[in-house]
Amino acid sequence: MSPAIELIAINKSFGAVHANKDVNLIVERGAIHGIVGENGAGKSTLMSILYGFYEADSGEIRVNGAPIRIRSSNDAIAAGIGMVHQHFMLVEPLTVVENVMLGAEGGAMLRAGEAKVRKELARLAQDYGLDIDADAIVGELSVGLQQRIEILKALYRGADILILDEPTAVLTPAEADALFELLRSLKEQGKTVILITHKLREIMAVTDRVSVMRRGEMVSTVETANTSPPELAEAMVGRRVLLRVEKTEKAPGAPVLEIRNLSVVDTRGVLRVADVSFTVHAGEIVGIAGVAGNGQSELLETIAGMRQPSVGSIRFEGRDIPSSRHNPHRMRELGLLHVPEDRLRTGLVPAFPAFESAILGFSHEPQLGPGPLLDHDRLVADLAKTMEQYDVRPPAPRLKTSNFSGGNQQKIVLAREIERNPKVLLVGQPTRGVDIGAIEFIHRRLIALRDAGVGILLVSVELDEIMHLSDRILTMCGARITGERRAAETNEQDLGLLMAGVTDEAA
Amino acid sequence: MSAPIQLPKWAETVLVPAISVAAAFLIAGLVVLSIGENPLTATRYLLQGSLGTGEGLGFTLFYATDFIFVGLAVAVAYHAGLFNIGGEGQATLAGLGIALALNNLAFLPGFLLIPVGILSAAAFGAAWAAVPGYLQAKRGSHIVITTIMFNWLASVLIVYLLVNVLREPQSMNPETPSFPETSHIPFMHEAFAWFGITIPSSQLNLTLVLALLSAYLVWLLIYRSRLGYAIRVVGSNPTAAVYAGISPARIIIIAMMLSGALAGGLAVNELMGYQHRLLLEFTSGYGFVGIAVALMGRAHPVGIILASLLFGILYQGGAELAFEQPNITRDMVVVIGGIIILFAGALDGLFRRLVAQLFTRQKLAGA
Repeated sequence: MSPAIELIAINKSFGAVHANKDVNLIVERGAIHGIVGENGAGKSTLMSILYGFYEADSGEIRVNGAPIRIRSSNDAIAAGIGMVHQHFMLVEPLTVVENVMLGAEGGAMLRAGEAKVRKELARLAQDYGLDIDADAIVGELSVGLQQRIEILKALYRGADILILDEPTAVLTPAEADALFELLRSLKEQGKTVILITHKLREIMAVTDRVSVMRRGEMVSTVETANTSPPELAEAMVGRRVLLRVEKTEKAPGAPVLEIRNLSVVDTRGVLRVADVSFTVHAGEIVGIAGVAGNGQSELLETIAGMRQPSVGSIRFEGRDIPSSRHNPHRMRELGLLHVPEDRLRTGLVPAFPAFESAILGFSHEPQLGPGPLLDHDRLVADLAKTMEQYDVRPPAPRLKTSNFSGGNQQKIVLAREIERNPKVLLVGQPTRGVDIGAIEFIHRRLIALRDAGVGILLVSVELDEIMHLSDRILTMCGARITGERRAAETNEQDLGLLMAGVTDEAA
Repeated sequence: MSAPIQLPKWAETVLVPAISVAAAFLIAGLVVLSIGENPLTATRYLLQGSLGTGEGLGFTLFYATDFIFVGLAVAVAYHAGLFNIGGEGQATLAGLGIALALNNLAFLPGFLLIPVGILSAAAFGAAWAAVPGYLQAKRGSHIVITTIMFNWLASVLIVYLLVNVLREPQSMNPETPSFPETSHIPFMHEAFAWFGITIPSSQLNLTLVLALLSAYLVWLLIYRSRLGYAIRVVGSNPTAAVYAGISPARIIIIAMMLSGALAGGLAVNELMGYQHRLLLEFTSGYGFVGIAVALMGRAHPVGIILASLLFGILYQGGAELAFEQPNITRDMVVVIGGIIILFAGALDGLFRRLVAQLFTRQKLAGA
C-alpha cells in the first residue's frame, strides 16, 4: 500500500529566505503524523505547499502514490486533503449547517444542499462521535466546538487526509483531550492526520510518528514510541534545551501593586471581574491560572488602564490611582508596563515596519525624535540593537511586523516593555504560539526581571508555564478568584479543581 | 485565499499604476472607436491640448493644484481609517471663509490678507469636517453618510447666503463682490514676469507652490511625525491604539479637521487664485475627484501629485478634445475619466496579481 502522502525534495524560497530545503516527508495512510519545529522552521510553508497556498519552486508531491500538482486549495480538496487552520475560517453569524455548506452549496438554491449537509452531518456524528447542533449559531459556540465545525467542513468535502495547524493553541486542556479522542477515532476509520504543533506533550500523547524540522530542513522522522520530549526538543533547536528554567527561592519585597475589591462590567453589561483582591510584591511572580475567558483578560486590561473598573481600587507603590488618571498612558509613566495577551490584535501593528511597532505606546518619548517628529534612523538603530540582544530573527528592523514569526513578534513586544525598566510588568500569554527555544528565552528573561525586583503579574492558560514561573498562584473561575496557592505547595490536580470553581470553602 | 502578494517597491508604485492607466486608455480607445472616431487622433488632441502648449500646460497644472489638495484631504482621513467623501462641502465652506475674511478685512495689506484668507479657508474647511468627525468618534455615526449629508448642507447653505446675504445689492448674480486686489494670489505668468521671464498666461497661480508644500508637509506628518504615527495606528489597528494610550476618538476628530483644512486648498486655488469672488458651485465636483486621486496615488503624497497631474491632463485635454472633435462630447470625456478611475482605483488588484505572477514566474525561471 502506498503512503498517503509523499513529498519529495520540496524547495521553496521567499526572496533570500530558503523556507524549505530539499524536504522529504512520507506520511503513512491511517496514521497520526506529527510535525514539530521552531517557528520559522518551515512547517507552515510545507503545509501551505501541500494545501495549495504556495507552489513549490521544485519537488514532487504524491498523494496515494500518484504524482499530482496542487496549485490551489481546490486542487488539494479534490485530492482529498483538508486543512484546519489555527485561526478558524468560519462565518460567525451563520449556523453550523450554513458554514459547512459554504463554498459547496451545490446550486443557486440552498434547499437541496442544506438537506444533503444535514444528512452528512448526521452520518459523521455517528461515525466519529462528532455530535453538534446543526442549527446553532457558530459565533455562540465555544472555541472547541468551532474547531469541530472546521473538521466537519473538511470531512464533508471528502477529506481523507486532515492537516491540523496548531489545533490546541486555543483550547482548554479538557477540549484538547476531546480533540485527541476525535483524532484517534478518525484514525480508526482509516483517515490520515497530520498534526503541526509546538507542544511535545501532545506529540507524545497522540501521534504514531513524528518529523522534526529545523531551519527549512527535515532533520528526522521517528516512531513516537522510540523518542522522548528532551530528544525532540534537542532535534528542533539543534542544541540541548531546558524545558524548565531554574529559579531560586527569593523573599519578595514591598507590595507594588494592590488590587482591592475590583469589579469590571464590559460594554454589554456582563460582569467580567467580580470583587477581586490581591497583591503583587516587588521581586515576585504572581500567576493567574484559569481556563480562557474567565475574566483574566479583562483583569489585565483593567489594571493596564484600557478599561475602567466599575468598583474597586488599584494602588501602585502604595498610592491610590484615581480614576481620572487611570489610563494606559499614565500607567506606563508610573512604570506599570504591559505585554498584552494578543500581540497581533493589541500589542503590535501588523502592517507597520517592525521599528514602528517597537515604539507602540511610547511614541511620545522625547528621545525618539526632535519635537513633533520621530527620527526613523534612530528607531531603526535602536531596534537593531535590541534585536541582537533578544535574538530576533531575522534581525531586520524595517521588515513588516506581520512577516515575523509569532515567537519573534513576541520578542519584539517583550523587548519593548522590558527595556523600559518596568516596576510592575503585566504579562498575558507570553508564550502562546511561541516555539520551544524562544519559550526558554522568554522564561529566563521573566525570571531575571523578577530577580531584579520587578513585580510580575502573569496570566497564562498554560498550567505548566504558571507552575514553572510563579511564586504564588491565583486561580480564576467565573470572574472570581477561587483560590491562592504557593507554587511549591500545589500540583496540577489541586489547581485544576480550583480552576473548575471548586473552592476551598466548598470542598 | 491565495499567497500574499509581495512586489518590489518600484513595481508597486510605478509599474502597476502605469499598467492600469494604459489599460484604461485602451478601453477608452475602444469607446472612442465605437462612436466612429479615431482613438489615436483623439489621444493626440488630448495630449496636445493638455501638454502641447504653454497655455494648455498652465491649465493642466491649475487643475492638478485642485486635485492635489483634495487628494491629500482624502488621504489624511484614509490613514486614520476614515473615508472622507465630504471634500466638496468642506471646500465650499472654505470658500465662504475666504469671502468673509477677504471682504471684511480689506484694509489689511496684501502680505497679511493672503495668509489670513488661506488660514480662514483652512479653518472653515476644518470646522465643517469636524462635525462628522465628532459624530463618528463619539456617536458612531458613519463618516461616509454624514460627510455626504454635509455636502448637501454646504451646498444649500451657500445658495441661501449668496442669494440672501452676501450678494452685491445691485447684482442679479448670486455671487459676492470681488475680493480686494491685494488679496489676489499672483498668477504664475505674473510671478515669472517679476524675473523678466515671459510664459503664456493661464489660470495657473502660485497656489501650486502651496499645494506642493502641503504635499511635503502631509508626507512629514503621516510618515515622520508622532501625530501621524498615532493617526496610522488608529487607522490600522484601533485595539492597539487603545492599548498604546492613543485615544481613537481624539485622533479621528483631528484627522478629519486636517482633512477638511486640506480640502480648503481647493477654494484657495479657485477663488483667491482665479475667480476672485465667491460664486455658486465653484467646486465643480473636484472634491469627488480627490477620492480617485487618493486611491490611485495609494494615499501617498508623491502618488497623489502624479495622479493629480494625470487627472489635470484629462480635464484640460478633455476640454480641448471636446472642442476639436464635437462627436466626442464633454460627457464622453467624463466617461473616459470614469474608466480610468475604475481601472486605477477599483481594478488595481487585478493588475497587481498579474504583475506578481509575472514576477514569481521570472524568479522561478531564474532559480
